[in-house]
Amino acid sequence: MLAPHEDGPGGPSSPLISISGLSKAYPGGPEVFSDLSLEIFPGECVALIGANGSGKSTLLKCMTGVVPATSGTVNALGQNFNGSPSTRQRKALSQQLGFVFQQHGLVRRLTALSNVVHGFLGRAGSWRAWHQSIAPQFMRRRALESLETVNLSHKANARADQLSGGQAQRVAIARALVRDPDLLIADEPCASLDPAAGHDVMQQFVDLARRKNITLIFTSHDMEHAQRYADRVIALKAGRVFFDQQSSDLDPNDLQRVFDG
Amino acid sequence: MADLPSAERRNPAQRMELERFGKVSTVRFTLIVAAAALILASIGQVSPPVDRLIDGVPRIASLVDRMLPPDTDPAFLARMGWRLLETLQIAIAGTALGVLLSLPIAWLSARGVTPIPIGAFLFKGLVSFFRTVPDLVWALIFVVSVGLGAVAGTMTILVDTIGFCGRFFAEAMEDADKAPQEALAATGASRLSILCGAILPDCMPSLINTTLFALEKAVRSSVVLGLVGAGGIGQELKSAFDLFQYQKASAIILAIFVIVLAMEWITDRLRRMLD
Repeated sequence: MLAPHEDGPGGPSSPLISISGLSKAYPGGPEVFSDLSLEIFPGECVALIGANGSGKSTLLKCMTGVVPATSGTVNALGQNFNGSPSTRQRKALSQQLGFVFQQHGLVRRLTALSNVVHGFLGRAGSWRAWHQSIAPQFMRRRALESLETVNLSHKANARADQLSGGQAQRVAIARALVRDPDLLIADEPCASLDPAAGHDVMQQFVDLARRKNITLIFTSHDMEHAQRYADRVIALKAGRVFFDQQSSDLDPNDLQRVFDG
Repeated sequence: MADLPSAERRNPAQRMELERFGKVSTVRFTLIVAAAALILASIGQVSPPVDRLIDGVPRIASLVDRMLPPDTDPAFLARMGWRLLETLQIAIAGTALGVLLSLPIAWLSARGVTPIPIGAFLFKGLVSFFRTVPDLVWALIFVVSVGLGAVAGTMTILVDTIGFCGRFFAEAMEDADKAPQEALAATGASRLSILCGAILPDCMPSLINTTLFALEKAVRSSVVLGLVGAGGIGQELKSAFDLFQYQKASAIILAIFVIVLAMEWITDRLRRMLD
């Protein structure tokens, strides 16, 4: 392990996410990662890099309580839990989290607007977010504003299956942002896009996160994305933190070694 | 190697080419013989002997002769029209109610989608039970329980539709795209919200297609339910045969043919519009 991260960009503010001694092993399988400890501070843009199977996605899921960790403690967005959060904590976490996945996860037969309105589904009494036609005015307005932030308000009534890969991923970002989350998690958001669309999506991600002061954590195989768009890069290798550095301090040789067998 | 017979020296691909039939295991051979014996025994026991078929030809000709021309008495046609309307109503009401009830039952029985995984087996079993009991048996049960007439017919179509749609709706829900479901789950959406927000919109074409097939099936079923007293045109057909009114019977058969054909045409057009 090389130089670990000391403070966030905002100085010694309290971390948004803090994990300590976190380990994860699937039943009957080897350990995905073990004894990981790290902190992520408000407003940071963090890239989590590593080869396939290095545990990036599982770490994201464990630190947000989507998947239970085998051992260790997590303090995420004010929720403190060992391994797995309670139902109440999970609900509270989902209120402050926005997720974007490798596959955009849009309902193909619905319009972009309906898909963005779906971002409200986690709210109490959210049945009116099933479809834009029954959504209250404030949800529709916010969804349209969210589409505007990704420059797709003109596609509000287009069906998701008529959008290009890059446009669909931007609608997924709009859905994740519609409730103004404190933390945006993106699991390989550009893996299924061509390089130009990938850069376009990443640029919008980072711009939006900075403008709205949202903490952004994204996983990537792309070293250029990590270096260009993140403030800080955490590399995982063989279930351990290989390095944790500000992107401006990165050594290209270290980056290469992350992916070397 | 030089001692081996030439066939043994060939590589496996060449040997496969030489063997016209693979080796049959004892169990498989026994099953093939048993199946062949069952088919031959069944044909021998209940298929019509040729002499009886030959004897039947003049009787069929005589029946067709007595059926023609179909009865066109206005009073009879009016009564038949009302019965046809009742038949369609039985099919439409039974299908509509059956489809409505099939949706929650399919949701509860769909693997990976149901909110109560332990109950999925139970609901799947219920749907299988509804499907495997023939509609005429359901009609007999409902005639006994709710009395003669259209209500028994509607209940029959309802149960039959649940048996049909419950299975195919559940399969469509199981096959629905998982990515949107995971994305909505990540927002904290409830299972009901995931169903209504992601699963139903995704599998809607399949649900509508299945519903149209169910309607087509219901129209075909509803014309014969009257034979056991469950309302509709079948009741009229039965009394026509019971009273040897073959011209009336032929008019009813023609009407049934037209109505089933019309329904198939309509549902086919709707399916094409959907595509």
